[in-house]
Amino acid sequence: MGMTMSQKIIAAHCGLDSVSAGQIVNANVDFCLSNDITTTVAIREFHRIRNAKVFNKDKYAIVLDHYNPCKDIASAQQCKDCRDFAREQGITHFYDVGQMGIEHALLPEKGLVRAGDLVVGADSHTCTYGALGAFSTGFGSTDLAATAATGLAWLKVPGALRFRLTGKPAPWISGKDIILHIIGMIGVDGALYRSMEYVGDGIQYLSIDDRFTICNMAIEAGAKNGIFPVDAVTEEYLRAAGCDTFKRYEADADAVYEKEYTIDLSALRPEVAFPHLPENAKEVGTFGEIKIDQVVIGSCTNGRISDLRIAAEILKGKKVAKGVRALVFPATQKIYMEAVEAGYVKTFVEAGCAVSMPTCGPCIGGHLGLMTAGERCVATTNRNFRARMGHKDSEVYLASPAVAAASAVLGRIASPEEVMSND
Amino acid sequence: MSGGKAWKYGDNINTDIISPPAYMELSMEEASKYAMCVVDPDFAGQVQPGDIFVAENNLGSGSSRETAPLTLKILGIRVIIAKNYARIFYRNCINLGILAITCQETDKISKGDLLEVEPGEGKIKNLTTGEEYRCDPIPAHIQKLVDCGGLVPFLREKLKKQAV
Repeated sequence: MGMTMSQKIIAAHCGLDSVSAGQIVNANVDFCLSNDITTTVAIREFHRIRNAKVFNKDKYAIVLDHYNPCKDIASAQQCKDCRDFAREQGITHFYDVGQMGIEHALLPEKGLVRAGDLVVGADSHTCTYGALGAFSTGFGSTDLAATAATGLAWLKVPGALRFRLTGKPAPWISGKDIILHIIGMIGVDGALYRSMEYVGDGIQYLSIDDRFTICNMAIEAGAKNGIFPVDAVTEEYLRAAGCDTFKRYEADADAVYEKEYTIDLSALRPEVAFPHLPENAKEVGTFGEIKIDQVVIGSCTNGRISDLRIAAEILKGKKVAKGVRALVFPATQKIYMEAVEAGYVKTFVEAGCAVSMPTCGPCIGGHLGLMTAGERCVATTNRNFRARMGHKDSEVYLASPAVAAASAVLGRIASPEEVMSND
Repeated sequence: MSGGKAWKYGDNINTDIISPPAYMELSMEEASKYAMCVVDPDFAGQVQPGDIFVAENNLGSGSSRETAPLTLKILGIRVIIAKNYARIFYRNCINLGILAITCQETDKISKGDLLEVEPGEGKIKNLTTGEEYRCDPIPAHIQKLVDCGGLVPFLREKLKKQAV
């Protein structure tokens, strides 16, 4: 029986000719990672397994991105514990204030994850790297500690769903609209334990940033991983990041998919996920006026340069609506500098946005923009559970950078077309 | 076999509900006082060691943070039952030594029911209603992990045996 793309990568990392869904395997890991929240728990468990060395100090990245620069004494201690551990173990890829970026934007930029790799991480959005044709999935700190000690990870081989993307997306439609549409269609458990594998002639129109966004939110549909085939766009990105060698895997022609969906990208409209689940997707324009208090543009989902470019295009020459707080978080230092050089930061500040250094910030309700009861935020983040960005009676609406920027200008949830005149 | 009193919830009980991120910097013991507070303010204060946490679809969706199963463990929960689980939460529970059982009939269980669980047999007895439910039998290797108390004690034992 044929294997899916994800199954092929898993099989290759177990030294097996083939694997099938449901099989439990022990896989060799190419790269693993943890952040400031998950590393401290992993350190404790790591030392309980054996007080020894990390399996490979070049294959484990520790990125202090969630509560860093530290928001209080407790997180300062947490980050210090991470620093001490990284030093003690000689961790090569350790990223702290000044070098750090949001982990799932930073690692690809640094060329640390490649097509054909098997990557695990103590963060649920580790699935992001599937955009590069890698098998990548998130798990807990205890799992990460076991992998850090052994270089192995136990996995249950997933079944898969196939998503055929066809047609060319309309202007302003990006990866975020596509994945919100998909999760709206299948639900937050629609891909439970499965791989979400993407194929189709529509993929050629998706930038690597679009694909990062789509794979980033695989977890929000309950998936084990999301994955794109390797094409010219992927290769260009990998080579620019310094990856000269990588493996390209393709699903077998007779691979078994439990369900197949076809998405016509040209028919998609900007969408927003209403509180308090990512599956509550609605097309902008199909609901009444919803006034907002805050806009967040950033996160591992949509903090990359094309996201900032789109937001800047919409905000250029305009002002953030009175009473709206607009926050922008370039995801890495490199992206930050590119945004400065391209003039986006100037555009944001002139429009009345506050531009921050790279950090996860308000996405997880950490710092730099929490809300109290009765407040509403349009955010380019990935999760809108109750109390995610502050008070349990605040609301988060998930959206693309285009919708977020348009909403900032009009002070209510808006489509980019309402703000931009037709050419 | 193990038994306990059921705490019953519905679909999509996510990690932010089980362990609210607002209290993440508190010690685990302090933070566990806020477990489930967004949907059930009584839970954290009234749950007893040995009670059983029961839910329906998509239990544990959201974050990979182990604070969610760890919070339940600190409050004395050793067995959870749901129709299906978010996958990271499922493995985190097993890795921490919590028995995560899959049963399609949890909608027949109510808060306060006294349950008896026989995971090897694939059986759950509801002593309050007299009903019996089928559950997926726990695979041997997962039962081993749970019996050891989780992944870390399991690995420690394994590495000790290899050294001998």
